[in-house]
Amino acid sequence: MIRILLLLAVVLLPLRGLQAQTLEIDPIRGSAAALPIAVVPFDYLGVQVAPDTDVAAVVRADLNRSGSFRTLAERDLVERPLRQSDVNFGTWRLLKQDYLLVGRILDDPSGGYRTEFELFDVAKQERLLGLALNGRPGNMRDIAHQVADQVYEKILGVRGAFWTRMAYVTAVGRGRDMTYSLMIADADGYNPQTVVRSREPLLSPAWSPDGRRLAYVSFERGASSIYLQDLATGAREVLSSFKGINGAPAFSPDGTKLTLALSRTGNPEIYVMDLGSRALTQLTSHWSIDTEPVFSVDGRSILFTSDRGGKPQIYEVPLGGGEAQRVTFNGQYNARASLEPGGRVAMAQGAGNVYRIAVLDRGHGNGGEVRLISPGNLDESPSFAPNGSMILYAARENQRGVLYVVSSDARVRQRLVLADGDVREPAWSPFRPR
Amino acid sequence: MNTMFRVALVSVLVLSVAACTKKTKPVEQPPEPTPAPVVDTAPATDGKYTPADLDTDSCLRQRVVYFDFDQDVLKPEFAAIVSCHSKYLRDRPSARITLEGNADERGTREYNMGLGERRGNAVSSAMQANGGSAGQLGVVSYGEERPMCTDSSESCWGQNRRVEIVYTAK
Repeated sequence: MIRILLLLAVVLLPLRGLQAQTLEIDPIRGSAAALPIAVVPFDYLGVQVAPDTDVAAVVRADLNRSGSFRTLAERDLVERPLRQSDVNFGTWRLLKQDYLLVGRILDDPSGGYRTEFELFDVAKQERLLGLALNGRPGNMRDIAHQVADQVYEKILGVRGAFWTRMAYVTAVGRGRDMTYSLMIADADGYNPQTVVRSREPLLSPAWSPDGRRLAYVSFERGASSIYLQDLATGAREVLSSFKGINGAPAFSPDGTKLTLALSRTGNPEIYVMDLGSRALTQLTSHWSIDTEPVFSVDGRSILFTSDRGGKPQIYEVPLGGGEAQRVTFNGQYNARASLEPGGRVAMAQGAGNVYRIAVLDRGHGNGGEVRLISPGNLDESPSFAPNGSMILYAARENQRGVLYVVSSDARVRQRLVLADGDVREPAWSPFRPR
Repeated sequence: MNTMFRVALVSVLVLSVAACTKKTKPVEQPPEPTPAPVVDTAPATDGKYTPADLDTDSCLRQRVVYFDFDQDVLKPEFAAIVSCHSKYLRDRPSARITLEGNADERGTREYNMGLGERRGNAVSSAMQANGGSAGQLGVVSYGEERPMCTDSSESCWGQNRRVEIVYTAK
């Protein structure tokens, strides 16, 4: 009955159905090694309707999730300064805070809100940042994420990735009776929106480097095809619909090419498609399963999964063609690489029936240094934040799929649970243009 | 040689079908008052399957072949199922089958897509070896996207590592 109602809602009220898919967020633990920062509530000083978003709370959640910061609990904020002239540095030194963020929200003359904020170094009693951002009433979470990005970058010297999005797939049902949805949401799980919904499987979403398009696999034509969809207009086209598997799309860093796996010759091989001409270049030719290709950071080679050595491992092949070289030597099963700007490789690593997320730092010789960063039994689909600081991945708990965000040093982990159904295949978006 | 043999066989079959129809047609007499029609579970008298057998024949009604973990080797206990469906394809050249390959949840999704295809191909090859023709057989892999069962246990995984035999034309 519930299912029927749900289906009706899907059919009749796609927008309502969309909003029913909210993520609940469940923090797992904090980190003692992180930098202490106090984020004071940003009071509203205007005369219109106050914003519905607690900007400081969103900033705190962002900073905590990164694993690099530990925010002071709101109840411990014994003083609540709104600007530099209100700040007593001694108070914050006593509370053992390294940094202090204050702010206030004003009415913007052109409508909406103006968020002013200031960041201080407590020990040096010095203002590090003083900025203002204008936002509309409906997008104050975006403003909060941008404030968190500014704080992160000012203190750590690395661009923040809080104001980003994720794509993921949800599935409800079993066997032939399932509904799949390709979703996008803010990187913290808020504001979920449906990109496409189907009775046939949807999988493998991949962001274009400009963040405007998604490539993904859909079975809506009865077998797998790769689609390219514009997120603003919803317009989409079929990129690949050969006989057999059309799978695992991933864009080149410059956005002009797509790498994909096709089994049109009988078994999956790695190809590169020029998105202008749609011309295909075949990069591998082997009886094994070659799949899950991703471009290297410099765009000159492709990392992919292959079981040519028996069990799946990660290999690398130059874009110009040539022999594939094995990349992973630690662990029985290594598959589905995700790269970050520094070149580290996140992947699903299997041992027996246990699959966890491992991060390979290739810069250490001897096959590199591998570190397991997730504790689950069936963890997969890792996806790095565009600054490499965090990793989204899929896990299974109580017979359903959930998403986790873990700091790439594994110190902090947070669960994002969809209220209904099975969530999988998170893909972290690129940076948004600022 | 092999092709020649097959051509010969096909022509023999065609001739015998023609012969059969020729023979049986004149015998079309008013039906005798027989007891209520019973569902015929055995192949038709000429030894050929008919579409009705898909619902009644105990072998043809079995449409799922199961596999071991990370394997695409056809297990001996499924030889009979493969064989009767192959015979159906031989008996009915217009019949078409899609073999839907599936995997359990362990391992990555796109790799499992490849594994499901391998399993579908294994069944397709076996059916062709038993006389089905390549043109009658298609393979679609669903990887781990269509589980029959969602527990993380061996018995459940075993149900999901399967190829489903789906008739798209009877």
